[in-house]
Amino acid sequence: MILLDQNRAPIYEALEELKTLHIVPFDVPGHKRGKGNKDLTDFLGQKCLSVDINSMKHLDNICHPTGVIKEAEDLAAQAFGAKYAYFMVNGTTSAVQSMVLYSLKRGDKIIMPRNVHRSVINAFVLCGAIPVYINPQINSELGISLGMSYNDVVKAIEQNPDAKAVFVNNPTYYGICSNLKQITQLAHKHNMLVMVDEAHGTHFYFNDNLPISAMAAGADMASVSMHKSGGSLTQSSLLLCGDNINVDYMRQVINLTQTTSGSYLLMSSLDISRRRLFLHGKEIFDTVIELSQYAREEINDIGDYYAYSKELVNNDTVFDFDVTKLSINTSGVGLAGIEVFDLLRDEYDIQIEFGDLENILAYISVGDSDKNIEQLIGSLSEIRRRYKKPRTSALKHEYINPVVEMSPQEAFYAKKVSMDIKSTAGHICGEFVMAYPPGIPILAPGERITEQIIDYIVYAKEKGSLITGPEDMTIKNLNVLIGGR
Amino acid sequence: MEFWYSEKHTENVYLSIKVDKQLFSKESRFQRIDVFESLEFGKFLALDGYMMLTEKDEFIYHEMITHVPMAVKPDTTDVLVIGAGDGGVLRELIKYPTIKRIDVSEIDEEVVAVCKEFLPNTACGFEDKRVNIYYQDGMKFIRRHIEEYDLIIVDSTDPFGPGEGLFTKEFYGNCFKALKEDGIMVNQHESPFYEEDAAAMKRAHKRIFDSFPLSKVYQAFIPTYPSGHWLFGFASKKLHPVHDMNPQKWEALGIKTRYYNTNLHKGSFYLPNYVEEMLENVE
Repeated sequence: MILLDQNRAPIYEALEELKTLHIVPFDVPGHKRGKGNKDLTDFLGQKCLSVDINSMKHLDNICHPTGVIKEAEDLAAQAFGAKYAYFMVNGTTSAVQSMVLYSLKRGDKIIMPRNVHRSVINAFVLCGAIPVYINPQINSELGISLGMSYNDVVKAIEQNPDAKAVFVNNPTYYGICSNLKQITQLAHKHNMLVMVDEAHGTHFYFNDNLPISAMAAGADMASVSMHKSGGSLTQSSLLLCGDNINVDYMRQVINLTQTTSGSYLLMSSLDISRRRLFLHGKEIFDTVIELSQYAREEINDIGDYYAYSKELVNNDTVFDFDVTKLSINTSGVGLAGIEVFDLLRDEYDIQIEFGDLENILAYISVGDSDKNIEQLIGSLSEIRRRYKKPRTSALKHEYINPVVEMSPQEAFYAKKVSMDIKSTAGHICGEFVMAYPPGIPILAPGERITEQIIDYIVYAKEKGSLITGPEDMTIKNLNVLIGGR
Repeated sequence: MEFWYSEKHTENVYLSIKVDKQLFSKESRFQRIDVFESLEFGKFLALDGYMMLTEKDEFIYHEMITHVPMAVKPDTTDVLVIGAGDGGVLRELIKYPTIKRIDVSEIDEEVVAVCKEFLPNTACGFEDKRVNIYYQDGMKFIRRHIEEYDLIIVDSTDPFGPGEGLFTKEFYGNCFKALKEDGIMVNQHESPFYEEDAAAMKRAHKRIFDSFPLSKVYQAFIPTYPSGHWLFGFASKKLHPVHDMNPQKWEALGIKTRYYNTNLHKGSFYLPNYVEEMLENVE
C-alpha cells in the first residue's frame, strides 16, 4: 500500500484554486457565488457562498468520483484504516440505509439489538428485510439500555443460521460498547456481514485510549458521523467499507438515494476534518478525555449526581465505555434528566445534548474550554442546591420480546385503521412506538401487539417517559393493520 | 516617533494613550498580559488588550469596590476576593484590623507576578499574613465553600475571555451559597453607557437580582474605562447598602482614602434616570 500524504486536502485545494481562476458562472447554483442573493450572503458570508458550487471540471462528481473527490476518499480510507471511504452528504441516515440496502434484499434476515436508531428499521421499509432482535439488556439502576451480550448473538445465530448480516451499535448514545471484535469473528464464521452504526464513534479511530473502532475490529461496514465528534458540518458523514465489500456495487447502492448535487461545503468539511483528525486527533481527543474525566470527578463530588464511566464495564453487555461521553444519572437529585435539561437551558443558558427520564448527556468536544466545563459543573451544583427533591420511584424497565409477524415493509404499505390503543391487543402494529427512556422501540411496523405491550405503554407514559412515533401524538390511538388479527 | 496604546471602546470610539515604552508583554495560559509606561497615566496593565488599571486612576476602582461593602458590614472577618490579580483590593482590605482571613482565588498566577514586579504600589497586599492565595478558577473555588464568608468581592475582567464565567447565574448562586446569613457580594458591574457594555451590565444585574434578596447598583467615575462611567453591584442576603451603613463607625476607623467617603457612599447609589430604567427593566 502506498502511503498517501495526509497533509493534503484535495477538495479544499481544488476549491481554493478555483477562487483564483475567475471563471464566469453560467451554471447552477443560481445565486452565482452569492451575488444573486445578498441577504443570504450577508448572513452566511461571501467566503461560504463562493464555494457553494456545482460539480464541474477539476471538482469531480460525487456520483462517479475519479478526481479530487476520489483522492479525498482515498485519503479518508487510509486515515480510518478502511478499504474504501465514501463521502456522504445525506447524513449518517443515508450511510445506514446504504449498508442495509447493500447487504439485504426482500425477505433476508438481519440480527440486531432492539435499541437501534430508527433509520435502520426505516431502511427495512425500503428493502423488505426482516429484523431478528436481540434484547440489549438494561441497567435498571441507571435506566439505560446497554450493548449486545456475546452469548445472545451466539444464540440468535444458532436460531437463524440463514441470517445475512449482524448489526451492532457501537458506541450507544450513552457511550456503551459491545464486544465488537468477537461478534465480528463469529458473524464472519457464519458468512454473515457485520455492519456497525458508529455514528457516535468517529474519535475511536484517532486515539489509543478509546474503544476499538469498527474497521480495526474487522467489521465490513461502518457509518461514521463525522459531524459529531469529527468536527465536520452537520449532515456530512462517512461510510467505511472493509475488504469483503464490492466498492463499485456499494457506489451504485449509495446512488439510489443520495443527491446528485453533492454540496461542496459538506465535502470540503469532510476533507479538512479528516486532515485535522489524522494530524492532530491524538492531542484533540486526549484533551477531550481530560475534560470529560475532570467534569466527571467534579460532578460526582457535588453529590447525588452520578457521572458514570468505565466502572460499568462487565466484559459483556458493557464491553467497553467511551470516556469522552459525559453521561450523568440525575435520579439522586430527585429530578428527571429532562427536568435538569430544561433547567440548564432556561435558568443557566446551557444547551446539552439530551435529557431522558433519569439521565442527561453533555457533549464534550475539542471546542470546549475549562471555562465551559466549570459553568456546567457550577450550574449542576446550583440546580442541586435549589431544586433537589426526594428521590421518586424510578420507571421499572421491562424488555418485551417483539413478535415480528411480517417485514416492516409489508406492514408499512398495508391498509391500516386507527384504533383505541386499549383494544389493539392481538392486532399487528402499523407504526413505530418508541419510549425515551430507555430509547428502545416498543413496537415497530409488522409486530404483534399484546396486552403486556399496551400495559407497558400506558405505564411508561404515566411515569413521564416520552412516547414518540405514532401518528396520534397523544398515543390514545394506534394504527393497526386491517385483517391482521 | 510616537507610540500609542489604542483600545477600542466601541466600533467607532477609541481611547488612545501615548506610551513612553512597553515594559512587559507575554501570552500566559489564559490571556495576553501587557504593561506599558505612559506619560499621562503612569504605568498601566492591559489584559487581552483591555485596560485593567493605570497608576493614576486605579485608586477610584479599588476604593469603591472595597470600602462600600466594608462600611456596611464593618464587623467583617472573612473575605473572599475573586480575581484581583493586581492586588489593589487587598491593599484596601488589609487596612481593616478586624478582618481575620482574606482568601484570594485568581486564575492567572502570571498576572500576580507581573503586577508585583511592575506595579508594586498596587500589588502590595499579597504579603499580609491574613491573605491566602489560591491559583484556580473562581468558579471552581466557590463551589466547595458553604456559608463561610462575610464578604465576597468579584474583581473580574470583562464578561468575555477568562472572566466570562464570573458573570453567570450559577456563579452568583454559588456565591450566595458561600456567604454567611448576612453576607455581601460586590462585583465589577460594567458600564451603562455604550450599547454592548450596557447589555452585559443588564444581563449581570438580572442574574444577580434573581439570585439575591437584595440587589443594588452604585457608580463611580473611572477615566480610563469605556465612557468613564462605571458601575458596581451590591448584592446581599440582609443588609441594605445605605440604610445599614453607619458613617460614624466607619469614620472612627480612621482609614485614609482619596476617593471614598461616607457621603459619596450614599450618593453613589443615586443613579441617572436612564440607568435606573435599564435596571428596572430587567428586575
